[in-house]
Amino acid sequence: MTEEEAPPLTLRELFWRRFRRHKMALFGLATLFLLVIYSVGGTLFFTEAYANRTDTAMRLQPPSHEHPFGTDTVGRDILARTIYGGQISLLIGLTAMLVEVVIGVTVGALAGYYGRWLDSLLMRFTEAMLNIPQLFLLLVMAKFFGGRVPNITLFGRTFSGSVVVIVLIIGATSWMYLARIVRAEFLSIKENEYILAARATGTPTGQIIFQHILPNAIAPIVVSATLSVANAITLEAYISFLGLGVQPPTATWGNMLEGAYNYIETAPWLWIFPGTLIVLTVLSINFVGDGLRDALDPRSLAR
Amino acid sequence: MAPLLDVRDLTVRFYTLDGVVHAVNGISYTLNEGETLGIVGESGCGKSVSVLALMRLIPEPPGKIEAGQALYRGEDLLQLTEEQMEQVRGKEIAMVFQDPMTAFNPVLTIGRQIAETLVTHMGMSWKEAYGRAAELLTMVGIPQAAERCKDYPHQFSGGMRQRAMLAMALACNPSILIADEPTTALDVTIQAQIIDLVKRLRDQLGMSVIWITHDLGIIAGLAERVLVMYAGFIVEKGRVDDIYGDPRHPYTLALLRSLPRVDRSIGDRLVTIGGLPPDLLRLPEGCPFAPRCAFVQERCRYERPSLRPVGPEHEIACWVDV
Repeated sequence: MTEEEAPPLTLRELFWRRFRRHKMALFGLATLFLLVIYSVGGTLFFTEAYANRTDTAMRLQPPSHEHPFGTDTVGRDILARTIYGGQISLLIGLTAMLVEVVIGVTVGALAGYYGRWLDSLLMRFTEAMLNIPQLFLLLVMAKFFGGRVPNITLFGRTFSGSVVVIVLIIGATSWMYLARIVRAEFLSIKENEYILAARATGTPTGQIIFQHILPNAIAPIVVSATLSVANAITLEAYISFLGLGVQPPTATWGNMLEGAYNYIETAPWLWIFPGTLIVLTVLSINFVGDGLRDALDPRSLAR
Repeated sequence: MAPLLDVRDLTVRFYTLDGVVHAVNGISYTLNEGETLGIVGESGCGKSVSVLALMRLIPEPPGKIEAGQALYRGEDLLQLTEEQMEQVRGKEIAMVFQDPMTAFNPVLTIGRQIAETLVTHMGMSWKEAYGRAAELLTMVGIPQAAERCKDYPHQFSGGMRQRAMLAMALACNPSILIADEPTTALDVTIQAQIIDLVKRLRDQLGMSVIWITHDLGIIAGLAERVLVMYAGFIVEKGRVDDIYGDPRHPYTLALLRSLPRVDRSIGDRLVTIGGLPPDLLRLPEGCPFAPRCAFVQERCRYERPSLRPVGPEHEIACWVDV
């Protein structure tokens, strides 16, 4: 039998085998891939100046040959704006997730590893943060910090300072669940004999936390981080929709919806395109997150 | 000559919700350069806790080292800071654990875990350390060591993992190897291999060994001196020949009698020691072994005996001397 002669599967092959079985996750991954191509590749066809150019004579044009997705309330091309807006939305999702992971893992790891008063202190703080509704906190912080950060020029492009503000405040208000997950993982992993064995060979504490315990907790962190990308994109859309998020002319899928509610029936192309893109992105990320959970967690049922 | 390790009056307690557990109660012993010391006793008698205390690996709280000194080359290990202790662990004193299945981190390769000690203590680069890790694995008898370095713990069998544990412990040429029941989780043939390996490496590298076990048979062929522990006390200590040939404490005698023997006829039942060890939450006022002792006297019940010499390098904590 050829099957018996095959070498044992590596961890990566095992992971891929389980992930592949999750059809929606594969669909999500493919869609995400296309969305990235769309928002990155689209820049080859339109310049950012074009995406931000207003032309009041051309306002609220329905989709046409010249403007396939139509134009918005000040005559900007919606297709070009969804492309550049997509970059910002995806960027915000990813960077806000990074902020969240850094804060959440640090707080959770310190609380879980050291325990005692540090654990009590950090966990009470975490619970206090959880008790404040996140949207309320986001809106207050967006209002408070908005406009205080100057614009940033990177790679020859100017980003509104509000992008940085949004990333930081989304990260700073959504790390709590991750911190709790990481703490719980640390509490159980640190009791393993191999941690005692690592300490018995004189391994410094920092190395034990980051190189011995953290890799054992990586599965739930990866899953949680993936889902939080979707969450960050939704939150950005929400506060930008309320006008407190990323400020024009920088486009995001969220702030493209701002003002569209006045034209829900009269100019549906204003919200259909960015709205669909948000929904597609968030759904795809959530599917991928589910697939990751099933593939990474050996205890999950969907094998 | 001053001993390599001089433990004096070591006392460890655990402050639990149920009360204070008197895990180790003022034990003293010495370990000389190149010597092998056996610590025997039944489960829960403080063997492991006493050596973990030396390494300062007792979880604190609830544990607390209440009193005592542990002079290693004249320096009290119990007074060192955590940073100083990290320099001792693995480099000066290394440890091999009971269960090789759980003592390796499942997500790191064997080579990585051995190399880490070398990088931490010997200032090696990772590349050098991986090379040395392969040499160490070869030394403990693992074939194709360079290849096996890249394997994860689950790809090793139990015996091989215990060999790899030894390789990891010996990586920095420690002066003292503490082996905490390292063969208990292995089957008998593998046990014999590991014991032979430790003996060979001990002689080759000239280190001292503290071997903890509840299997008296292992100690006989391995150790030079033996401590017998009971309820956190040392009840008898002496040279291995004296302990086996001329046990003077009733507990040691009972332990030796309860060993299964090949020359006994098949129908005979194994001899046991009646009763249970005392609850370490409530130590009896007198000798902790008194309730189970065949030689018990009135005095044993209210007055605790301390160690007294009964021969050259031979001490017992007993009023009776059997």
